[in-house]
Amino acid sequence: MTRPIDPKRRRLLAAGAGTALLGVPAFVRSQAATVKIGFPVPLTGAFSAEAQDQVRAAELAVKEWNDAGGWNGAKCELLVRDDKLNPGEAATRTLELIEKDKVNFVVGSLSAATQLSINAVCRDRKIIFNSISQSDTINEAKDWSLYTFHEALNPHMTAGAVARYAFPKFGKKVVYLTADYAYGHEMVRGFQRAGRAFGTETVADIRHPIGTADYSAFLPRIQQAKPDVLVLCNFGRDLVNSAKQATDFGIKQSTKIITPVLLFTSRLAGGPDAFEGVMGGTSYYWAMEDKIASAKAFNDKFRKAYGGAVPSDYGALGYAGIRSVLQAVKNANAVESQPVAIALRQLKYDWYKGPQFYRKCDHQSVQSIIIVESKSKGMKDKNDVFNVLHIEPADEKNLRTCDELGHKVST
Amino acid sequence: MELTPQLVSLQLVTGVALGAVYALLAIGLSLIFGMLGVVNFAHGALFMVGAFLGMYFLGLTGNFWFSLVLTPLAVGAIGLVIERLLVRPLYGRGIDYPLLLTFGLSWVLIEAMRVAFGIEGIPSSTPPALRGSVDLGVGYFPLYRLFLIGATAAIVTLLWLFIEKTRYGLIIRAGSRDPEIVRVLGIDISRVWLAVFGIGCAIAGLSGVLAAPTRAVNPEMGIPVLAESFVVTVVGGMGSLPGAVVAGLLVGIVFALTSLVAPDLAELSIFVLMALVLLIRPYGLFGKAGYMG
Repeated sequence: MTRPIDPKRRRLLAAGAGTALLGVPAFVRSQAATVKIGFPVPLTGAFSAEAQDQVRAAELAVKEWNDAGGWNGAKCELLVRDDKLNPGEAATRTLELIEKDKVNFVVGSLSAATQLSINAVCRDRKIIFNSISQSDTINEAKDWSLYTFHEALNPHMTAGAVARYAFPKFGKKVVYLTADYAYGHEMVRGFQRAGRAFGTETVADIRHPIGTADYSAFLPRIQQAKPDVLVLCNFGRDLVNSAKQATDFGIKQSTKIITPVLLFTSRLAGGPDAFEGVMGGTSYYWAMEDKIASAKAFNDKFRKAYGGAVPSDYGALGYAGIRSVLQAVKNANAVESQPVAIALRQLKYDWYKGPQFYRKCDHQSVQSIIIVESKSKGMKDKNDVFNVLHIEPADEKNLRTCDELGHKVST
Repeated sequence: MELTPQLVSLQLVTGVALGAVYALLAIGLSLIFGMLGVVNFAHGALFMVGAFLGMYFLGLTGNFWFSLVLTPLAVGAIGLVIERLLVRPLYGRGIDYPLLLTFGLSWVLIEAMRVAFGIEGIPSSTPPALRGSVDLGVGYFPLYRLFLIGATAAIVTLLWLFIEKTRYGLIIRAGSRDPEIVRVLGIDISRVWLAVFGIGCAIAGLSGVLAAPTRAVNPEMGIPVLAESFVVTVVGGMGSLPGAVVAGLLVGIVFALTSLVAPDLAELSIFVLMALVLLIRPYGLFGKAGYMG
């Protein structure tokens, strides 16, 4: 699949490159002509809608940085690759990006498994990788390196925030319907851990293969168990299908359906009926712009660049992931991994959702978590899909401790 | 978890509803294979096109029943074009020629839907008259899935009547046994093949529009469905219509019951079933030797 190229952007880039060549002395030009960022994301596969939005938002961050003059006349180039949601493919593409295309940094990924394989490749070659999808493992000492950064939320943070909000309100008997891979397992652990404080009881944890289209065979059992809360620990189209079918089976009559990550794109694809009353967490929802100035600024830029469209949650992560790295290049006044990594560690930023920073011990971005509920009536337009119930502010204490993750040095 | 009789019964009904879609899909595949010897790898994609067109016609007319009639006609028409322009030149060559052609075609159809409707797919909704769930005495079951079982039974009955009781059905049956003799009797067999391919595709489209309200409609939705319907066809016997129905229900029930006791193994279970059936009956439950030769 080819990436749509915005002709306007192309002209701008060409014009930008032209002026850069004219205005910059020859010795600087030969030193660093471009800052290359590899961007492996699953353009094909179940999460393609989210991945395409990540690309759009990442390109926006690149354009913004280039328009502001880049660094020492060097412009940024984004090299988008399709990892097909496959860890092997992701590793191969990343290796190519580093060895053949000579990228300076890697930002991307949209699954727990692909980000770990991308991270392994980058770590061995001392290339900074800023991951924009959820994983707990990537924070842990065995997978971590000085060059590993995690822009996205992780399952522990997301599930924790949703659990802290939902369990006291809706009850103690919990059934999990879980996609059988790292993401699902980590989410269940996150909920169970946060649930302990409220005395929740796991009635069942039903595992389904990733990419299941029909969940009906799992639902009679859940119906019979009559839990207070059904947690759908799955993602993308899996979430759409399982929420829709759980609704058809009348599960909502006696059970509140919650999900760790309720995505804007999933809700658009699933429609209001399937998600009616479903509650979940997200890293970003565009309507936060009423309260948060940086969200408003980011949305406006995105709307202007993409014909009035609003950015999705994962899209916004693509923007932030790139923007952090490019800001660190400027701050460090270098493109080498080590000084840029140090600059990233010192970065305090507010790109789109309020103040954020990377925790020193594991480079997890400490950030706010938004609890939303799907709307089914009174929507103003097609993008008006959630009510924001609560914003849990950024707080290090909602993360697992550095010791727990196995990091010996805690600062 | 407690395996109460209620739960097992409800799970059985779930399996039958799942099996209904499998059976419909396998009938279309089997019909085309039994008659034309074409292994149609575009079947899953035609199912997907059916789901998209079904939701599109629903949006256009606001009436699910219209959509239920229009969609198979439209997908059937696509089938006619595919047979006449693409598959027909390959008759008389090896079985792998049309297989590769239809495999490629499935990607063309997927890409076409991405271009036409976007990569995210479109939301699908259950027709208002069929929403909600009904108490079966053993638990609540979605009304729409009951309708699915009924609709499949009706379609299978109509198809059976058509093939067994009408003059055209007689020609189709004769044509699948011995095309040479049918030709000698003065019947243009290529027109029969065209019609059968069209009917097979129309049934794929119909299963798509029937399945659409139960799941998200997206360009890739036909890919897993293709694998499942091949399992059903192989279990039932390539080319056998009763085989397709029996195997469809069997696969649905095996999947549902395995989901109850060992959800992790549910996906595997249907392949284990296929392996077991092939060990005992290499041509499937209702199959005849020699088709794949």
